[in-house]
Amino acid sequence: MTLMKLYTLIPMMPLIASIVIGLFGRQLPKVFSHLIPIVLVLGSFLLSLYALYISYHGYVFNENLFRWMTVGQYDLNIGFMVDNLTALMMSVVTFVSLMVHIYTIEYMENDPGYSRFFSFISLFTFAMLMLVMSNNFLQLFFGWEAVGLVSYLLIGFWYKKPTAIHANMKAFLVNRVGDFGFLLGIALIMFYFGTLDYKEVFSRVDTLAGQEFMLMGSSVSLVTLISILLFIGAMGKSAQVPLHVWLPDSMEGPTPISALIHAATMVTAGIFLVTRVSPIVELSNTALSLILIVGSITALFMGILGIFQNDIKRVVAYSTLSQLGYMTIALGVSSYSLAMFHLFTHAFFKALLFLGAGSVIIGMHHDQNIMNMGNLKKYMPITWITFLLATLALVGMPFFSGFYSKESIIEAVKYSEIVGSSFAYFAAVFGVFITSLYSFRLYFIVFHGEERWRNKPISHNHHDHGLTTNQSPHETTWVVIMPLILLAIPSVLIGFFTIEPIIKSSFLLKDIFILNSHLALSQVTEHFHGPINMALHALATLPFWLMVLGFIVAYLLYYKNINFIKTPKILKKVMDHKYGFDNFNEYILAPLTIRLGNVLWKYMDIKIIDNFFVNGSAKTINLFSHITKKIQTGFISQYAFVMVIGLLLFISYFILGGKS
Amino acid sequence: MLDSYFPVLLFILVGLGVGIGPLVLGKILAPHKPNDQKNSPYECGFEAFEDARMKFDVRYYLVAILFILFDLEITFLFPWAVVLDSLGLQGFIVMMIFLGILVVGFIYEWKKGALDWE
Amino acid sequence: MTLSTLLTIAVPEIIILIAAMSVLLLGVFYKNTTSLFGITQLTLLIAAYFTAQLPIDVKLTAFNEMFIADSLSMFLKLLSYFALSLVLIYSRSFLQSRNLHNGEFYALTLFALLGINLIISSYHLLSIYMGLELLSLSLYTLVAFDRNRPEATEAAMKYFVLGAVASGFLLYGFSMLYGITGSLQIAEISSRLSDTSINPVVLSFALVFVVVGIAFKFGAAPFQLWVPDVYQGSATPITMFIGSVPKFASVAMLIRLLFQGLDHMVLDWQAMLLIMAIVSMLFGNITAIAQTKIKRLLAYSAISHVGFMFLGLATGTITGIASALMYIAVYVLMTLASFGLIIHLSNQGKELDQITDLSGLGKQKPWCAFLLLLIFLSLAGIPPTIGFYAKFSIIQATIQFGWIWPAVIAVMSALIGIFYYLRIIKVAYFDEPGKNLNQVSKSSNNELSVTLSINTISLLIIGLFPSSLMDIATLTSALIF
Repeated sequence: MTLMKLYTLIPMMPLIASIVIGLFGRQLPKVFSHLIPIVLVLGSFLLSLYALYISYHGYVFNENLFRWMTVGQYDLNIGFMVDNLTALMMSVVTFVSLMVHIYTIEYMENDPGYSRFFSFISLFTFAMLMLVMSNNFLQLFFGWEAVGLVSYLLIGFWYKKPTAIHANMKAFLVNRVGDFGFLLGIALIMFYFGTLDYKEVFSRVDTLAGQEFMLMGSSVSLVTLISILLFIGAMGKSAQVPLHVWLPDSMEGPTPISALIHAATMVTAGIFLVTRVSPIVELSNTALSLILIVGSITALFMGILGIFQNDIKRVVAYSTLSQLGYMTIALGVSSYSLAMFHLFTHAFFKALLFLGAGSVIIGMHHDQNIMNMGNLKKYMPITWITFLLATLALVGMPFFSGFYSKESIIEAVKYSEIVGSSFAYFAAVFGVFITSLYSFRLYFIVFHGEERWRNKPISHNHHDHGLTTNQSPHETTWVVIMPLILLAIPSVLIGFFTIEPIIKSSFLLKDIFILNSHLALSQVTEHFHGPINMALHALATLPFWLMVLGFIVAYLLYYKNINFIKTPKILKKVMDHKYGFDNFNEYILAPLTIRLGNVLWKYMDIKIIDNFFVNGSAKTINLFSHITKKIQTGFISQYAFVMVIGLLLFISYFILGGKS
Repeated sequence: MLDSYFPVLLFILVGLGVGIGPLVLGKILAPHKPNDQKNSPYECGFEAFEDARMKFDVRYYLVAILFILFDLEITFLFPWAVVLDSLGLQGFIVMMIFLGILVVGFIYEWKKGALDWE
Repeated sequence: MTLSTLLTIAVPEIIILIAAMSVLLLGVFYKNTTSLFGITQLTLLIAAYFTAQLPIDVKLTAFNEMFIADSLSMFLKLLSYFALSLVLIYSRSFLQSRNLHNGEFYALTLFALLGINLIISSYHLLSIYMGLELLSLSLYTLVAFDRNRPEATEAAMKYFVLGAVASGFLLYGFSMLYGITGSLQIAEISSRLSDTSINPVVLSFALVFVVVGIAFKFGAAPFQLWVPDVYQGSATPITMFIGSVPKFASVAMLIRLLFQGLDHMVLDWQAMLLIMAIVSMLFGNITAIAQTKIKRLLAYSAISHVGFMFLGLATGTITGIASALMYIAVYVLMTLASFGLIIHLSNQGKELDQITDLSGLGKQKPWCAFLLLLIFLSLAGIPPTIGFYAKFSIIQATIQFGWIWPAVIAVMSALIGIFYYLRIIKVAYFDEPGKNLNQVSKSSNNELSVTLSINTISLLIIGLFPSSLMDIATLTSALIF
């Protein structure tokens, strides 16, 4: 079997699973609904590991599978490029996907849409693999839209729930904004390079460096424009401010999805995209600064929101936003490999956090309010220990995976000299405190303290979820526990073992382009003296003590319940409205758009387009149609007559046309 | 070159003459005294039973068409038979294939009952 | 010319002839028509096998260069076998339920196929004419197949009379060509026409008669008048057959006569084809809007599709031929699916006739409605179905040739066409079911619905991945010359 066939098999296996389950899932016994996807995704995962092994040994695969179609002189191909970057992403995606597949067996056990759900997550795995394995922008865009589509389908999975539909709609609309930018970026690339193939575009990107582009009267550097447009796409998918509003709402979807799509894989597509197009982005300092600032704002302010949330999944969602901000910061300071590194470690511990949260939700009979939880440590010991490990990884406890990636990013920001890096440094360092605060707040409220559900007011609503006052939660079964444990291992260890190849060797760097004048990453490399040294050295730095401070504050506030800080009312209000992004959209942007739409509709559409162009031409054509219909009289003699007339017309055309 | 067509022309002229001549002679020489009895349709001394333009049985057409078909095919045999010597075995086989196809058609129409009058 | 090479080249035709005669006889001796269906399908399979054995990149001739086997013949013949095979699968249950399922049907379709094959492989005016007559006579008979229905007889009568007139035109053109060049062999005609001393007026006359004859067989405007009446009058499986397989013969006849025989007159026939293309596209699409019967609507749609094919062929370039070959393959696939659907939705006795009969289909038979959606989107040329790519490649070839206005007209007429195709979809999905809606039909069997589903889904699949079919069409057209 050639490598091409092998690589084709990797995305195809989940696709096949999805199609089979989607079409025949309901006819087959229920066990097949999860067995088929799990086996095929497992195969996909093993092959991805093999791909990583091959590319680790220095073989970069880049071939076209087939020509999809030819438009003019442009060939549009479907093909795969598998280098270290891709292989890493493939392994992460398939591994987390596999875990989520297994986990779902119990989580969705009694759901009527059981097979539909498996079909969707397999489809998602296929789309995500197509996205990362692509060797051109077109296929990237296909994967991009496909993961988006599955994401909408899954956010609205419980389509009878109005909030889910609303969230679904919101995710769709916000992503349209991002995709619009992305598509424009691709169009510009197509226009200026005449190809969408990565390799060709990147090899010719130098020729673009000095070009200007006229935009509304002022000239903009073309590279900057393309970079920013592509980044807008990334902002939509990776939920950066101000296009982040859809991600917290997406928690309306089932929890396994939140873990797979809205934490570990799809939302990191934007980070992957910017890393992939590093040869373009690197050429524009303006774009890099924009990326840096957007990332910083997201990292800091979204983290703060996490402190004020009471829905267990929303807390984790805001944490995801904040961590995505960190990755974006790393992109902004040209440390793409560090962004990928954080993406990689984050995928494991964030998936673990979500699955842990899901386990808690199962234990609480689908009650998600943390103010009804407490002391779950006693009832769900394995969930508790894995959740704690994930929390430690998230806050950046030395030796845990999150520590290595986040600490490296902070280091890189420190060495960077790009515009905005001082603000970014502040955001990143202070963000550590915030992260620690909201993470431990969640941890203490959920797993310690009193058993709050026993005091909650008795609800007579039968549709209400949750435990009654005299019930106790209990540990979930092995299909939930196993993924938790399997994810806990990399959450703790993987940073320690992989930081060396990522920082010291060219494992990722050879697939990334960094200008020599952007020194941040090389400085980090220079100051790196092994993972143990790094961890020990961290004990003497500010971020570590900020993390400890966050822990202490959370301990006092939420474990000891000492209210030594009174939240100012105004701050509380701002936080409850999430800085007013939603309000802005809802009360200002949406009405304005609707009004504009109304004006266009009434005057442009109805008066000009509908009445004149559409209906007018339709009426004319209809009239013609009834006239031409009359030609069909049904009499043979007339038919023959028309034929002879036609013949004579052609003959006279030649005779009179001066042919003789 | 046209000389060789002269016999044909002559043939046509003689044919026309034989066909038209008696009619013209009859028209000129015979007496014309028409009356009602003479002009009425004549049927062996009886009054006419029905209109002379009667419907033919559709089977008549069927037989007629089949006759024309096979008649034409047979015509094809004459030139073949004349030059069979020089055509040799190949010519013979080809004609047998041709006749074979005809026979298939014949069997079909026979089996189908196209030749049964009743 | 040895017997063995002759046999290799013409072996598919010989097999079809033997099979046709055997089926004819078996049909009268044994009443078991199911086995006839099997024999016919087997014949197609064997013929396809032997056709595929021939080399694609070499031109082989036989019978004193009257018969040719090249890339074009291979492409079109294989498609013909495939299309006929589908026609037979779709037709069986319909014919059975109306007592029309007998040996003659299979014999006639096989004779028609023999005529089609003969036209496709003809390299000589006489053999083209012979093939044409064999095909036409079989088709006239097939139209009148359901002879107890007056509409069918009427349609057959019209088709026969007009077809005879058109054959007369064609034959007249042939005789003039013979008079000018002294040869009936296409390659020889081509080489003798390069002589400049030929009287251009006589040549123009010959050309006009030949082109008109071809245009009639295609059903291009203004020689299209037989199409709606014959489509409407014939039984649906016959309409499906007439609308699909013979089109391959027509396109072969056009390429052989105009591209290979009269290639020196390219500027002249280009103008004629272009005029007919534009008239057909506009006439077909505009008139279709006023139709209330679905088969009649498809007839006008066929006329407009022929216009598109003519547009591609009129460019006279290799890409033009390639796009036309692509188009015809796609068109036949779509035609088969659309008539297959009509058969599938037709009950015992009651046929799907009016467009309004489709109302409420979306609620009552969602899968059928989905298939209908795909078929009509493809006919309308909306991506991602293959109908889009087919139209797209024609328009692309036109623009490449430098004809901007014809391309604009083509797009406009396609837009007009979308209107009535979407109306059918709208009726199926959004209109309330009327009382005369076809209830779930028991007449259609499993093999029909499975074949129909595969056929329709393939419109989507090929639409997503059109390049392999396009590559074959390009290769075929590149090897013609």
